[in-house]
Amino acid sequence: MKTFNDRATKYPMPVQDPLVRSQNFEEVALGYDAETAVLEAKRCLHCKNRPCVKGCPVAVDIPAFLGKIAEGAFEEAYEVISRTSSLPAVCGRVCPQERQCEKECTRGIKGESVAIGRLERFAADHHFAHTQDKPKPPAPNGHRVAVVGSGPAGLACAGDLAKMGYEVTVFEALHTAGGVLVYGIPEFRLPKKIVAREIENLVSLGVRIETNSVVGRLYTVEELQEEGFEAIFLGTGAGLPRFMGIKGENAKGVFSANEYLTRANLMKAYEEDAETPIYRAKRVAVVGGGNVAMDAARTAKRLGADVCIVYRRGREELPARKEEVVHAEEEGITFRFLTNPVEVITDADENVVALRCVEMELGEPDGSGRRRPIPKENSEFELPVDCVIMALGTSPNPLIKQTTAGLETGLHGEIAADGEGRTSLPGVFAGGDAVTGSATVILAMGAGKNAARAIDEYIRGK
Amino acid sequence: MYRILTRKSLNPSVTMIEVEAPRIAMKARAGQFVILRADARGERIPLTIAGCDRARGAVTVIFQIVGGATLSLDRKQAGEEIADFVGPLGNPTDVAGVKKAIVVGGGVGCAIALPVARRLKELGADVRSVIGFRSRDFVILEEEFRAVSDTLDITTDDGSYGERGNVCAPLKRLLDGETFDAVYLVGPLVMMKYAALTAKPYGVKTVASMNPIMIDGTGMCGCCRIRVGGETKFACVDGPDFDAQLVDFDEAIMRSRTYLAFEAEARERHCNLYKKEVRG
Repeated sequence: MKTFNDRATKYPMPVQDPLVRSQNFEEVALGYDAETAVLEAKRCLHCKNRPCVKGCPVAVDIPAFLGKIAEGAFEEAYEVISRTSSLPAVCGRVCPQERQCEKECTRGIKGESVAIGRLERFAADHHFAHTQDKPKPPAPNGHRVAVVGSGPAGLACAGDLAKMGYEVTVFEALHTAGGVLVYGIPEFRLPKKIVAREIENLVSLGVRIETNSVVGRLYTVEELQEEGFEAIFLGTGAGLPRFMGIKGENAKGVFSANEYLTRANLMKAYEEDAETPIYRAKRVAVVGGGNVAMDAARTAKRLGADVCIVYRRGREELPARKEEVVHAEEEGITFRFLTNPVEVITDADENVVALRCVEMELGEPDGSGRRRPIPKENSEFELPVDCVIMALGTSPNPLIKQTTAGLETGLHGEIAADGEGRTSLPGVFAGGDAVTGSATVILAMGAGKNAARAIDEYIRGK
Repeated sequence: MYRILTRKSLNPSVTMIEVEAPRIAMKARAGQFVILRADARGERIPLTIAGCDRARGAVTVIFQIVGGATLSLDRKQAGEEIADFVGPLGNPTDVAGVKKAIVVGGGVGCAIALPVARRLKELGADVRSVIGFRSRDFVILEEEFRAVSDTLDITTDDGSYGERGNVCAPLKRLLDGETFDAVYLVGPLVMMKYAALTAKPYGVKTVASMNPIMIDGTGMCGCCRIRVGGETKFACVDGPDFDAQLVDFDEAIMRSRTYLAFEAEARERHCNLYKKEVRG
């Protein structure tokens, strides 16, 4: 029996037709069927040095789960992933695999890497489609931990601690748990029922989730300690959106990507009978080149606009996942590379009518190692748009810092923590975007898991 | 879910409710706000806290009916529940060291001005209140203000109650007569703009309580940005109080109109629903 598949390219994953999907909010990528999953998993060479595992921030045992899929043992594949990843259905969809596991894959040297992300998603989706079993809470160890924020960092930390027997309470500021997974990443990329299911799993493990609870206001970190939480994990996420400081930036029709996406994703403003409004623009410019920019652009497209992404560097420098860029282009979104806004132009009523931009060229490499874009002289031009969405990253939320004496923060206000999440305060840990600034779901999850280990060590050592 | 303990209509477009939220009642200070949602599909509405009854675990908010979401909220009766109620958000009003102050409230903003006046009185300050309304029918909280103010001026635009005109004339009289440590402004943006201009020549500390459009209210979405002294500030984490002499009121007025058309449409939709229900 032939067990090895020497195809050079990934099996394509079925997706919704671009013309159809650019008008709905349903998931774009449809996932492998069982037969394709087995064939794709058989492309794994099972090399000895396992480079893919080293490329994974949470070190999922990738060859082992691929082997299980290749055998048709899908549930066992899910179990392998679950040993190290708290949110497989999420990570399979949103991880930048081409820069992590798949980048290291030996198959990628002479062709395309194994589609590890798609297979992770397959295993998780298969599990949820075929089992009703809920995880059971382990025997409690009698110790209480508070987790602040229910995004990927907080959920990963809470999940790992709950599995060790800790009594975990998650405090979430918004009315729905999930953090960026619910307010930021759109439905068409990560269906909210998948996030809800992952959270239900945590609840089955005994995790308590308190929504509408803003730590820093309703409770301070100190008050949580006084209430008997022996350790606290701060996974409060990235904070306030950055703006450019250009003229016209506060005009009607200029939004941060966070605002625009929150209206659409968390508040479901795109639905007919939603109470929350969202700006119905005809021509939108999205400024930025990350995943958030792609999400905002594709959301605007689905709301009926012509969309252009304005990015100051070149195509090669786009920080977004490659798949998102491809999907955006397929959906008819145009890109203006080496272009930077200099002014938002408004009419007498302060409505946006155009975005004045300047062309850029790439100079010497900057601190990030990427070539620094510099403006070209006399290259200004106007893009006629009625809406501008700024997706330029965020600066840390000041709330916890302002209300927690002795908590050290970095240069830009990010919470200072070591690799295991230990902050300057004993018993207080932190991880995810609150520490690193805007990064990825998987890095936040990794930080949450590391902190869970450190918290366990800390409490045992008391 | 959060229970509505009491509900009272203050005038045809302004309603006061007390919501059961013991922890918020314990923690809230004058000047802070909550965000609530009437129903699971509702909009997040930011409302400044008008008062707290710690013994009963009750938080009072007063709202004006402007769009679909506030109409939904207005239909909730005492004993019913609302989906979400989160707070206290924003920074408390800074009243430290203030011995003599003027509190200016306009329209439904009086609901927010009242706890500031009350707090100042508790701290032993000399409190002069000036409250302005469109006409007699819109006057709210008169007795409550009287109880915590050393003097109270009431104005109505049409002169149907109190002094005819807006709050600026009595504010100017007070400032002409005596020296004050601070002036607190809470009300419509246009009122705050002109009250700030009135106070400007006197060099007195003047504080404006801003209530821009918000979503999360915790420093994530950036919707509530306001230009203050040329810098972009976020009302939810940097405010909601700002130096009234530095706030760009014209920009704030412009930004507050972003969703006017949507609100009008939502009102229309709701009114049609009411009509259908009445017809049965």
